[in-house]
Amino acid sequence: MRDVAIIGVGQTKVGEHWDVSLRHLALEAVQAAMTDAGVTRADALYVGNMLSGELAGQEHLGALVADFAGLRGIEAFKIEAACGSGAAALRMGYVAVAGGLADIVIVVGVEKMTDALGPDTTMALAMAADGDYEAAQGLSFVAINALLMRRYMHEYGYSHQDFAPFAVNAHHNAMNNPHAMFRFPVTAERFARAKMICDPINLLDSSPICDGAAAVVLAPADAARTLSAAPIRIVASAVGTDTLAVHDRRDPLVLEGAILSTRRAYEQAGVGPEDIDLFELHDAFSIMAALSLEAAGFADKGQGLRLALDGEIGIDGRIPVATMGGLKARGHPVGATGIYQVVEVVQQLRGLAGANQVPNARLGMAQNIGGSGATVITHILERMED
Amino acid sequence: MSVPRNWRLQQQRYCLVGEICEKCGAKIFPPRDVCPECEAPAQTPFAFSGRGEVYSYSTVYHPPRGFEEFVPYTVALVRLEEGPLVTAQLTDVDADQVRIGMPVEMVTRKVQGGGEEGAIVYGYKFRPAIRPTA
Repeated sequence: MRDVAIIGVGQTKVGEHWDVSLRHLALEAVQAAMTDAGVTRADALYVGNMLSGELAGQEHLGALVADFAGLRGIEAFKIEAACGSGAAALRMGYVAVAGGLADIVIVVGVEKMTDALGPDTTMALAMAADGDYEAAQGLSFVAINALLMRRYMHEYGYSHQDFAPFAVNAHHNAMNNPHAMFRFPVTAERFARAKMICDPINLLDSSPICDGAAAVVLAPADAARTLSAAPIRIVASAVGTDTLAVHDRRDPLVLEGAILSTRRAYEQAGVGPEDIDLFELHDAFSIMAALSLEAAGFADKGQGLRLALDGEIGIDGRIPVATMGGLKARGHPVGATGIYQVVEVVQQLRGLAGANQVPNARLGMAQNIGGSGATVITHILERMED
Repeated sequence: MSVPRNWRLQQQRYCLVGEICEKCGAKIFPPRDVCPECEAPAQTPFAFSGRGEVYSYSTVYHPPRGFEEFVPYTVALVRLEEGPLVTAQLTDVDADQVRIGMPVEMVTRKVQGGGEEGAIVYGYKFRPAIRPTA
């Protein structure tokens, strides 16, 4: 096994890109990452994407994006793991470079969600859940998260308003991210008044439907220094899985897949939660942020929300999350999200996060979740000291 | 939903038939042929009573394609009295009357309208318990 480094990153603005197609979104991110890395060729391209077949009528993205990115002929595949597709593609790129099968690998996450009508997007997103026993009963993906949120509030005695700090923090951080979709502040009062979309989940508990693409370029760490001025080492790449259906879990309020994924990542990196300087978590809904903090060892069961209420998730807090806006405010173009998270951790470790810079950030963690917790992919990145 | 896909699930949809593990006694729904508790093969059918209580619930206003005619509808996780959780819609009850812990029972209802293939999908929903227990 070889150490693997990220030598370049690129991203498009997240938003409603009516004038840009799926392939051109991917192309823009790939070109930005290749320019940042200073490479003109690659051995392989992995594309993280969930919904292109359903919403864009286009599968077979590996060869398509490789061709349009000027990389015709190289190995290329689409990787799918629902909303975890982006990090799943990075995982495969990592495996290829670590295993010595490829030297330069490009990983791009891309999603184009806004071309379709609401009910079609809702149906497509529900495919992350159990088709025969969750989606077939009429549950949207939001509804599945609403069931978790209601139970969490019931078991631990929280009010809905207690979840406000996640949205407030994410929107605050997104204001300084030029690539974020929602660059405006949200107050706790505004959270209280937000439109209910699937009780108890309101609009400000939820990440938006949007378009976007982000990309990274990977290389062996020992070569990275000559290729890049600021290489970032991937010190852990780990996956955990759980049941697709929430009803099949022993305790629906415990993300077993996330516990497995983070435990494996900590073991690979030889670190614990106390060593992590920032955590780009999967805040598709505020309940998932709370459950993720608990599964990753930053809080005891039922106390993830307490961490947010105590002001510990801000840039200066004990564990900064959503430092560039998170899924909530940067946006959640589902198959691209896992790469956006990693790009943002790289920005932090390079010291290029501007007003949102976590002081002295050395070790950052990104965790991308597919479905309601069935696939959880964790990467820990480290600044390579001179 | 395609006709064969629905037909394959008729024992589950109409009769709440799952499985029981002969080795450890775990009662399993939905059926999966391998016991999630002890990982032994488990293919012995077991019909659940259909009685349980609400574990959690929500109301859908923005439905997936195919469920528009039912909006708004209340969905729930139901803890069956034999142990498993089931994801299903609630029926015969207003959303603001639902509570966690509320006793419910299975009924057969229309779950999805005709769609392109014209077949109406029937299946389980849960309503507030009114049947006397045996």
